[in-house]
Amino acid sequence: MKRFFGFVKKEFLHIFRDFRTLIILFGIPASQILIFGFVISTDIENAGIAFLDLSKDEISTGISDRICSSGFFSRTADLAGYEEADRVMKSGRAKAVIIFPAGFGREFLSGRQTTISIIADGSEPNTATLITSYASAIISDFNREYTAPGMTAPLPVQPEVRMFYNPGLKSHYMFVPGVITLILILICALMTSITIAREKEFGTMEVLLVSPLKPSQIIIGKVMPYFFLSFINVIVILLLSWLVFDLPVRGSLALLLAETMLYIMMSLSLGILISTFTANMQQAIFISLIGLMLPTILLSGFIFPIENMPKIYDVLSSVLPPRYFIVIIKNLMIKGKSFSYVWKETLILTLMTIVFLGISIRNFKIRLE
Amino acid sequence: MKDIPVIYVRNLVKKFGSFTANDGLDFEVYEGEIFGFLGANGAGKTTALRILSGLSKPTSGIVRVAGFDAGNEAEQIKRNIGYMSQRFSLYEDLTVKENIMLFGGIYGLRKREITGKTADLLSRLSFEEYGDRLIASLPPGLKQKLAFSVAVLHDPKIVFLDEPTGGVDPLTRRQFWELIYESASRGITVFVTTHYMDEAEYCDRISIMSEGRIVALDTPENLKKQYNAVSIDEVFVKIARSPEKIV
Amino acid sequence: MRTILFLIRKEFLQIFRDRMIGKAIFAVPLVQMLILVPAVTFEIREVKLCIIDMDMTSESRKLIGQLEGSTFFRVSHSTFSENEARNLLDKNRYDLILRIPGGFGRDIGNRNPAAIHASINAINATTAQLSWAYLNGVIHDYNLNIIADNPGSIATAGIIPRTEITNRFWYNENLVYSHYMLPGILAILVTAIGFLLAGLNLVKEKEAGTIEQINVTPIRKHQFITGKMVPFIIIGLFDLALGLALGKLVFRIPFEGSIGLFFLCAAIFMISVLGIALFISNFSSSQQQFMFVAYFFMMILILMSGIFTPFESMPSWAIKFNMANPMAYLIRINRMIMLKGSGFRDIYRDIASLAVLAVIFTAFAVRRYRKTA
Repeated sequence: MKRFFGFVKKEFLHIFRDFRTLIILFGIPASQILIFGFVISTDIENAGIAFLDLSKDEISTGISDRICSSGFFSRTADLAGYEEADRVMKSGRAKAVIIFPAGFGREFLSGRQTTISIIADGSEPNTATLITSYASAIISDFNREYTAPGMTAPLPVQPEVRMFYNPGLKSHYMFVPGVITLILILICALMTSITIAREKEFGTMEVLLVSPLKPSQIIIGKVMPYFFLSFINVIVILLLSWLVFDLPVRGSLALLLAETMLYIMMSLSLGILISTFTANMQQAIFISLIGLMLPTILLSGFIFPIENMPKIYDVLSSVLPPRYFIVIIKNLMIKGKSFSYVWKETLILTLMTIVFLGISIRNFKIRLE
Repeated sequence: MKDIPVIYVRNLVKKFGSFTANDGLDFEVYEGEIFGFLGANGAGKTTALRILSGLSKPTSGIVRVAGFDAGNEAEQIKRNIGYMSQRFSLYEDLTVKENIMLFGGIYGLRKREITGKTADLLSRLSFEEYGDRLIASLPPGLKQKLAFSVAVLHDPKIVFLDEPTGGVDPLTRRQFWELIYESASRGITVFVTTHYMDEAEYCDRISIMSEGRIVALDTPENLKKQYNAVSIDEVFVKIARSPEKIV
Repeated sequence: MRTILFLIRKEFLQIFRDRMIGKAIFAVPLVQMLILVPAVTFEIREVKLCIIDMDMTSESRKLIGQLEGSTFFRVSHSTFSENEARNLLDKNRYDLILRIPGGFGRDIGNRNPAAIHASINAINATTAQLSWAYLNGVIHDYNLNIIADNPGSIATAGIIPRTEITNRFWYNENLVYSHYMLPGILAILVTAIGFLLAGLNLVKEKEAGTIEQINVTPIRKHQFITGKMVPFIIIGLFDLALGLALGKLVFRIPFEGSIGLFFLCAAIFMISVLGIALFISNFSSSQQQFMFVAYFFMMILILMSGIFTPFESMPSWAIKFNMANPMAYLIRINRMIMLKGSGFRDIYRDIASLAVLAVIFTAFAVRRYRKTA
């Protein structure tokens, strides 16, 4: 046992001695949280808009000024003719062109039906949808104000809405759980698989195996430092999300941390598993980084909701551990629920850990024999 | 011919921070010579050799190799030398022929020339059947002989060998030295570091280093005479024990 | 020049000697692209709606009927228990609960404003807003129907817009997400592969000691770096070409612009990214260390690039940062050339900036590579 602790200590020193590595280890979660918090947003701000105003009257300039002063848009070009629309969008200067037909103001004031066309750049579908709906809303407001005051009447049905769990509609509620999930699986699986693959590549694994340490002790000793590092990382992320984004843990913190440990263990087992079938570090890196990064970001429901995907992805993503962990964090952290809401996910993650470890042990034994 | 120095070193100093690895070295090596650099591990042999081969810059002093200054003409030096480090450094995941092709190409040999030299080299080492084998699959002795042959492939003026026979059995070491003699007979100057004292006997002249300084420099015969010893090993032991370690 | 060819040949031999890597560099990006592209969408397929109808009148049933008729909503549960509904929302079984209070039909009949209450799971703010917008759309239609059924009774001017707004989407009329995401996902994969392979390759030479054997030769620094870059540029462009071909076959991705221009930009991009990778690897002494730093930078470059979210919504410091982010240029250029058919005249500024970055990063890599310590 004493030997084992000596070994663990050596592994710890190995990582903590390298200052640069440490900075990066803690820099990764911090910078990701900050990037997601401040950069990644699907809202529109100052989107470039071009106007083709063939009427140039009080009403048309009134509407275009209103659009530009909303904060969502900024006027990047005034076009002289229809044929310029293509050019201004192809060069990316404008995301949409708003067209007022000739005689627009006159028709508008006379109460006749008028038409404003919005041509949006569909190459970015989400932006295009948002731009057209925002612009339409502004134009509708303008319309309503021009309606004679006595003519307005309450609408027959008036819906009220309550936004549950996230009344401020902040995007942090999505990405904090996502970032924790992503960072833990990548760091744990990547680091574990590389460390073990390194020993294999340099032949030092053989040296360790002939030592009096048991193979299981060697593996535990190797992954232990990463377990602690990841755990500290989680705490850093939770603190940041609380202090910077005002997003506290609403449920039981102890339960959340316990679930996190389970997830870390699962990720470490995945790393061990990867290392049993890769021959060198380069392969391990390739599989754990390129193989895990995109699927984790894209299929786990982190940025893109699984419900929106074609049905088959419900099945596909069910083999991805991050999917379950995201549900767990959302329930414990944001919804403030108890264990009874996450027992299924917890069970699945536990089973995955056992399966990964089981296969690893089998692969490992085969190699030794 | 014998008096033209191809390596000329005066007061070479190399410091790493506060640590002085080479402390005022003075020596010359003449064309066609086999010059041995002896010393315990950490005596500063490898540091000096790396400076001579243009891998590292001297802190101060005059170092001229093949007529070029090691301080600011390192790249010209590299055109005229071959090098073999103590760490085996051919590409393990390339075959013997692919390695030869690569280094021949880097030194600007034509493809036809390389093919010719490859065949020549393989037959000289009786290596023919290994030509298409990966380096990783060769036994260590063969790897070392191959690395030396690749280092002199482009007929350099000088070849630098850093502990070339480390971890090799005596028979292979013997064969390795035959290769060195054969190159020297072609006019290639050989600069070799070693801590095997018996190998020192094979050199034309040797210098013994200790703690960054040259403590003895002469032919093996003269050194043995001077220290009244039967072998270089004994010379070395006597120097190591003498308190003042004078030249 | 001949020296460089020898180096390139060597790199290719080494890459494909590792059977697994040799296959993975083509298989992994293509398979991932095929799997991921259809999945990546913000488009809401259906909002799962749970209805609590406390009213049970013909008016409320008409509203429910209209919701059922909408393609956005799937009304799959009705209950009378608020608690049960709330519980289902907690369990993520429903996205939206709509409560129609008793007296709803009476209010409408009396021409009083009738209230309904929507509760939306808003953890994903974007989805919540869209669901709310869809719900409002249906209710708006419902209102118009009521008004149309009772002409003259309720003032209509406030509702029927006098100005009709027509929308058209150019370049991607049906707002197909795969057309939007494929160029980006392809770019990420190609970047990741080039970045990792090239960087690891150089560090590996350091670890194995082979770099010393190279350093002692008269090889020029720029030759060495070029030799390290070209193979990965070629592999990256090859991957890109395969990905495009596959995208065209499977997802019917349009390609409006010039293929030559596209690959020219991609090549410039690869140079700049590989410049960064080699620069980092010159600093690193082990593959592990390189991995850390590379992962850190790759993550930042990718997430900041505007691949998932619009460039416009970033704060100004992020936009400034992106002036030095090759990934941001590539994503933009790719979409412009492929979907909009933008030509050199439209994007020359981006191309020029990207080229400047390529030169700077490569110069850094060459300078940082020391043959003599």
